[in-house]
Amino acid sequence: MTTTPNLSTRRVDPYNPPAEHARLQEEQPVSQVGWRDDRKIWAVTKHADVRAVLSDARFSSDRSLPGHPTNIGYAPGDKLKQLIEMDPPEHTTARGRVMGEFTVKKVAAMRPWITKIVEEAIDMMLQGPSETDFVVALSLPVPSMVIAELLGVPYDDHDFFQENSAAFVDQHTTPVEKAAAMGRLRSYIADLVNSRIEAPGNDILSRQLSAGADPQDLVGLGFLLLIAGHETTANMISLCVATLLDKPELLQQLRDDPDLMPGAVEELLRYFTIAEIGGLRLATADIEVGGTLIHAGDAVFALSNTANRDPEVFPEPNRIDFTRGARNHVAFGFGPHQCLGQNLARLELEIVLSAVIRRIPALRLAVPFAEIPFKEYGPNYGIYKLPVAW
Amino acid sequence: MTMQINANRATCIGSGQCVFTDPDAFDQDDDGTVLILRAEPVTNEEITRANQAVHVCPSRSLSLVTEELEYS
Ligand code: HEM
Ligand code: SF4
Repeated sequence: MTTTPNLSTRRVDPYNPPAEHARLQEEQPVSQVGWRDDRKIWAVTKHADVRAVLSDARFSSDRSLPGHPTNIGYAPGDKLKQLIEMDPPEHTTARGRVMGEFTVKKVAAMRPWITKIVEEAIDMMLQGPSETDFVVALSLPVPSMVIAELLGVPYDDHDFFQENSAAFVDQHTTPVEKAAAMGRLRSYIADLVNSRIEAPGNDILSRQLSAGADPQDLVGLGFLLLIAGHETTANMISLCVATLLDKPELLQQLRDDPDLMPGAVEELLRYFTIAEIGGLRLATADIEVGGTLIHAGDAVFALSNTANRDPEVFPEPNRIDFTRGARNHVAFGFGPHQCLGQNLARLELEIVLSAVIRRIPALRLAVPFAEIPFKEYGPNYGIYKLPVAW
Repeated sequence: MTMQINANRATCIGSGQCVFTDPDAFDQDDDGTVLILRAEPVTNEEITRANQAVHVCPSRSLSLVTEELEYS
C-alpha cells in the first residue's frame, strides 16, 4: 500500500505558499491527497478551478453535513446557523439582509471615522516607549474598534470590547480563557441588541432590528462580524507593515507615489491570501473540475493562496508588483460567500498603511525579519508579534 | 449589433466588485444590489471594462450579450 503524506498547509517560507502546493499546481492541479483523520481531500490549485469550485454551490459550505471538512465558524454556545455556513437559497436571503451595510458607497463614507480611530491609535503608540509590538499597538485595536463602532458599542465600553476581542486571538491565552472572553463578548452583544430594541441608534444592529431581524440572529451576526473581520484584518495589517519594512524599495514606491496605495493593498492581499482556510467544501454531486471528476461526498479544498500565484493569470506571480492592477485574485474567496467585509478591509488597510508611512517615517523592525513569529500553522496566516522601533 | 449588460439581481451578493471595476456602468442600491447605469457599452474601452466586471463578479450575476438589432 502506498501512503501519500497528508496535505500540509504549514507556511514555512513567510512569503510563499507551501512548495508542495506549487508542485501540485504544476503537475496535477486537481489531485486527491491525504487529509486529517485518514481522510482524503481534493486539493484544487489552479485559479480557474478554484473559482469554479467556490462559485458552484453544489460544493457546499454547510458544515452540518456529515463529512464536511470545515472546522471554522462556530463559537461556543452558537446553535444558529451563520451566513458563512449556509448554502443558497438560504444564504442568498440571509446575505441579502446585510449586504446593504457594506456597499462601496457606504464603506467609502466610513473613511472619516476610521481615520480618526487610526490617528488616535498612532498618537497612543507614539506617546509610549519608542519600541513596541505593532500587533498590540495597531494591528489588533484598529479593526476591533471599527467593528465596535459599526455595532454601536458605546465609547465607554470600547476598552472592554477591545480587551476581550484581543484575548481570544492571543497566542498565549489558554483555551479556557479564550472561551471565557468569547462568552463575555457574546453576552455583551446580546445586551447591546436588547438595548437597541428599546432605544434604537445609528448602527447595524438597530437597522437590522427595524428591518424585522430576529434578535437572536443578530447576536450571531454581531459575533460573526467580529470573528470574520478582526483577526483577518489585523493579520493583513501586520503582514503589510512587516513586508514594507523588510523591502525598503516597496516602501519607497509608496512614499514617492501615495496614489499607488490601493494597488499596493490589492497586491498584498493577493500575495498573502491569509484566509485560505475559507476554501473548504463538500461536494454534494458528481462534478468535473479541470477535467477531473469529483464525486458526491468528497471533501474539497480550494487552495486560494496557490491559485493567486497561478502564472497563467498573474505573470511572474512571486513578484510583488503594486501596478499589477489585479482585482481578480481570490484572497476574499469567490462565489456567493465572497467576503462581506472586503471593501471595509481594503479601506482599513489603506488608511492604516498611509498613516503609518506618513506619521512614523523612522519606523523599522526591531528584530531581524527571520525572527518574526509568523502564524505558520494558521488557521489564518499572520503574525503573532511584530517588534518595531522608531 | 449591440452589446448589452445583463444583471441577475436575485443572485447578486452586493460585493461591489462591478462598481469598483466600472463605476460608469454599475452602482448599488441601498440594499447593496447591483444597478446598471449604462447597459450598452459602445467603445472598445467600455466593452473591455464591462467584460472585466463580468469576470470579477463573484456570484456570476453579470453577463454581456450581443444582441442582433431587431428590425420591424
Ligand atoms: C483582510 C481581511 C479579510 C480577509 C482576507 C477576509 C477573507 C474572507 C474570505 C476568504 C471569506 C470567504 C469564506 C468562504 O468562502 O466561506 C470571507 C467571508 C466573510 N467575511 Fe471576510 N475577510 C476579511 C475581512 C473581513 C471584515 C473586515 C469583515 C466584516 C466586518 C468580514 C466579514 C466576513 C463575513 C461576514 C463573511 C461571510 C460571508 C458569507 O458567507 O456570505 N471579513 N472573508
Ligand atoms: S460584482 Fe456581482 S455580486 Fe458584486 S455587486 Fe456586482 S453584480 Fe452584485
